[in-house]
Amino acid sequence: MGYQLNFAWLPQYWPILVEGVGITAYLTAVGAVLGCLLGVFCAWTRALGPLWARPFVAGYVELIRNTPFMIQLFFIFYGLPSLGVQMDALQAATLAMVVNLGAYSCEIIRAGIQATPRGQFEAGASLAMTPVQTFIHVVLIPALQKIWPALSSQIVIVMLGSAVVSQIAAEDLSYAANFIQSRNFRAFETYIVSTLIYLMLSIGLRQILSGVGMALFPRRKALR
Amino acid sequence: MIEFTLWDILRNLLLAARWTILLSLVSFIGGGIVGLLVMFMRISANKAVSTLARGYIELFQGTPLLMQLFLAFFGLALLGLAIPAWAAAGVALVLWTASFLAEIWRGCVEAIAKGQWEASASLGMSRIEQLRHVILPQATRIAIPPTVGFSVQVVKGTALTSIIGFVELTKAGTAVTNATFQPFLVYGLVALIYFALCWPLSKSSQILERKFNVAHNHH
Repeated sequence: MGYQLNFAWLPQYWPILVEGVGITAYLTAVGAVLGCLLGVFCAWTRALGPLWARPFVAGYVELIRNTPFMIQLFFIFYGLPSLGVQMDALQAATLAMVVNLGAYSCEIIRAGIQATPRGQFEAGASLAMTPVQTFIHVVLIPALQKIWPALSSQIVIVMLGSAVVSQIAAEDLSYAANFIQSRNFRAFETYIVSTLIYLMLSIGLRQILSGVGMALFPRRKALR
Repeated sequence: MIEFTLWDILRNLLLAARWTILLSLVSFIGGGIVGLLVMFMRISANKAVSTLARGYIELFQGTPLLMQLFLAFFGLALLGLAIPAWAAAGVALVLWTASFLAEIWRGCVEAIAKGQWEASASLGMSRIEQLRHVILPQATRIAIPPTVGFSVQVVKGTALTSIIGFVELTKAGTAVTNATFQPFLVYGLVALIYFALCWPLSKSSQILERKFNVAHNHH
């Protein structure tokens, strides 16, 4: 026994970790924004959209929610090129995150949309709002307000799940950790540091999302 | 070069899926036992104990499962244990599962009306007796649908253990891909096998939830 933890390598490799954090933050930001937009579109389709389109969205949601993110990533990165769809690791990682969060946020947002009473639609129509206006102002925004905490948790989960993109050599934080531990032979210490960084990222992300919620839905404060 | 028929590919994947199922079961059962312990600590009246449990939950829910697997794999080796990949995978998955189940179950216990605690206390029951005879029987009922639902996350979580070298469905998929050069087909089949494992769990969670909700509304 008598293993001494050694963090002397940290100053030298710190810039690599910072770069990794940048990629993880980029993936999370793009994944969250585009994933939620996709989720809104899918939720609209499943709850109010054309009948023929609903089974397709349901199939997409079930398929994504019942398979591991890593398999989705491998399928996009290794499988799609045989169909002629070629992309680099970062693009594949981004696409996988959007597709993944799209399915989860669809279900979360749909729950919010379906909680809207029927009379609200009629009230919107009676105010001469177009269906699109009614959807955005009467249905969507209150729905998002209701489900914001659940959506925030899902975004944090997706951020943590993004650690897997290192497996297709997208250079995120976990890729940086793998790279560093192959150089300094201090695997345990390296993963402790990167795990703590992830912990801070998830705490910080939760703060940011609750701030975004406050800014997007100012009524939320009044309602409490 | 050896030719692989579709059946060869599928057979290899299905054989490897046994390990996915076994690891899922071990993680879920082990995680359930540890999770129950953490849940009891979390709802403990002792501030220090409940803070400790909260820290545990925060730590395991706030960091990637992949990092936990790496730490188990390299950390246990540092303790001088020559640990195989399956054991590191089991340890990490049990601890990770426990943190989520503890939090789900805490929610269920706290959903039981406060009056139930007070009523049982007024009958002279100790805290343990209250939990045993009054709170847990009711909490278990509402805990079943979300617990079954979470088992899907456990099955999907086992895919990550391929990264530390445990040969289960995902690892077998990679190996078969490398032998056949048919990633589209192989990963497609792997995804379908995961789907076949997870979808019945998701569906039964939904059905149970509807069933218990109906029962709940009648009362």
